[in-house]
Amino acid sequence: MIESKQREQINDLLNDYVWYIDTDRLEEWIEFFTDDCTYRVIPRENVEQNLPGVVILCENKNQLTDRIVSYREANEYNLHYDRHIISNPRIENGKGKNTFHVLSNYSVYQSNLDGETRLFSVGYYDDVIVYEGDTPKFKERTVVVDTFSIPTLLATPL
Amino acid sequence: MSIAEKIDWWPRDDYSRVPFKLYHDEAIYEQEMERIFRGPVWNFMGLEAEIPNTGDFRTTWIGDTPVVYNRTENGEIAAFVNRCAHRGATVRRESYGNAADHTCIYHRWCYDLNGNLIGVPFQRGVHGKGGMSDDFHKSDHRLRPLRVENYHGVLFASFKGDEVEPLVDYLGPHHAHHIARLGSRPMKVIGYQRQYIYGNWKFYNENLRDLYHGTLLHEFQTTFAIARMTQAGGSKMDPRHRHNLSWGIEGTDDDEDAKKAYEEAKVKDGVLSLKDGAYVTYRPEWEDDISISICSVFPNSCFQQIRNSLATRQIRPKSMNEFELFWTIYGYEDDDADMLHHRNMQANLVGPAGLISMEDGEAVEIVHRATAREGDFHSVVEVGGGGPIVGTESESLCIDIPCRGFWSYYSELMGIEAEGGIR
Repeated sequence: MIESKQREQINDLLNDYVWYIDTDRLEEWIEFFTDDCTYRVIPRENVEQNLPGVVILCENKNQLTDRIVSYREANEYNLHYDRHIISNPRIENGKGKNTFHVLSNYSVYQSNLDGETRLFSVGYYDDVIVYEGDTPKFKERTVVVDTFSIPTLLATPL
Repeated sequence: MSIAEKIDWWPRDDYSRVPFKLYHDEAIYEQEMERIFRGPVWNFMGLEAEIPNTGDFRTTWIGDTPVVYNRTENGEIAAFVNRCAHRGATVRRESYGNAADHTCIYHRWCYDLNGNLIGVPFQRGVHGKGGMSDDFHKSDHRLRPLRVENYHGVLFASFKGDEVEPLVDYLGPHHAHHIARLGSRPMKVIGYQRQYIYGNWKFYNENLRDLYHGTLLHEFQTTFAIARMTQAGGSKMDPRHRHNLSWGIEGTDDDEDAKKAYEEAKVKDGVLSLKDGAYVTYRPEWEDDISISICSVFPNSCFQQIRNSLATRQIRPKSMNEFELFWTIYGYEDDDADMLHHRNMQANLVGPAGLISMEDGEAVEIVHRATAREGDFHSVVEVGGGGPIVGTESESLCIDIPCRGFWSYYSELMGIEAEGGIR
């Protein structure tokens, strides 16, 4: 049995996560993760072949921060806006007290500066969410990408 | 109008001016598929390590032709066009798998692992009626074979098995040596990455041969002081100048000198440091000191070593306006778990989200977009000078000479060489 308060908080976390990406608050977005977090983006074809190969892998909050600093200061990418849609969250008790295993679907539409929109990515999130005090955070977020022939490039986090 | 008439001008015979119409013409694209990808070249196909057991197969693309390769009963590797000899359906629809044979779902025609037709349902008809003619022989109908060469675990294929020069001659000494270096231990696939780029496939081949852009476009390198043009490095080509091997050795330049050079060029250098950059460090694993090498083989491949991140890249044209870049990330069978993990961490540097590679997708697309209506104009390719390409080695990272070699060989195959054009 999962308390409805926790269910609400976890849903808020899922929603805030994508809202902060779509509104370009990436420095604050990092705070949705624990210090010892793992964030990985993995092509579905690798998952199905039991291959560990990733597209992005950050194994703590510092590495996640480096990704964002690089995005801001170093990388060049297609100028665009992102719009994340998430649905069907499935919240289960995870291993350990106040630990939750959460699955949810996502799609990301990307719009260029001429206002033309394309479906950029479809897949699902596979999360381990833990509580730091009263606040749920991602200890692990694995993004399994169905659209693994990634259009153009992947700069902004999924 | 023939292609040669369309390309009635090369502004210069050293290929230092490339007409934009070469990237934006359907007839040219059609001819490229026939004369280049299905012509007398060796295309990179895959890795031996992907298909260790009898019946293991993978599907891929050579140019825009679908191809399947598999391990046969006698341990050899066979490849054929993935098109049924009957009505032309795709025979093998999966990306990978293991099977005793390949059966087309449409009418269940069945092929063995060498591509021979071994089964035709109701060949003699039903109750003496229907079926194939008496003069139909299964041996006349097989999957169209490609010639395959396995070079140190790296698989190359050619549609022109009789005409193509031997693979080692095609590669030339530098590239043969380098691929043998990468294949000196049994490989282990870590995973695949794909990047679908909306641009002509030749822009990417140029990108691979353009050393000049390396630290200008990919600012991660200079922002975090990882690689700079002031380091030891350069280019090696085959005698025909169709392939290129860019190489660099980190730690061979002086911080002050680099800072001055980049300041004079008004390009930022070394302004930030990573909070947790441990995974970026290079763990030496070769007798030479080369920490970065981009080994490009005409017309569809690149063998990359970015520190300890090893990958093959296969260019899969989809149309004149699109191609998929298919990356196979690998390590070695004798890597321990820590080294495999280190390589997987360094996969952060490469691929569609690569900190040192994502920009190429955008670079190709912005060139493709801006040149589409500018066919009568041309690009400028003369970093490192124009004129004949002398020798096969250059000790500078500030060049794009190998691009001119690409165009020279491309023109030879396409029958559009400049009058008196360099080779």
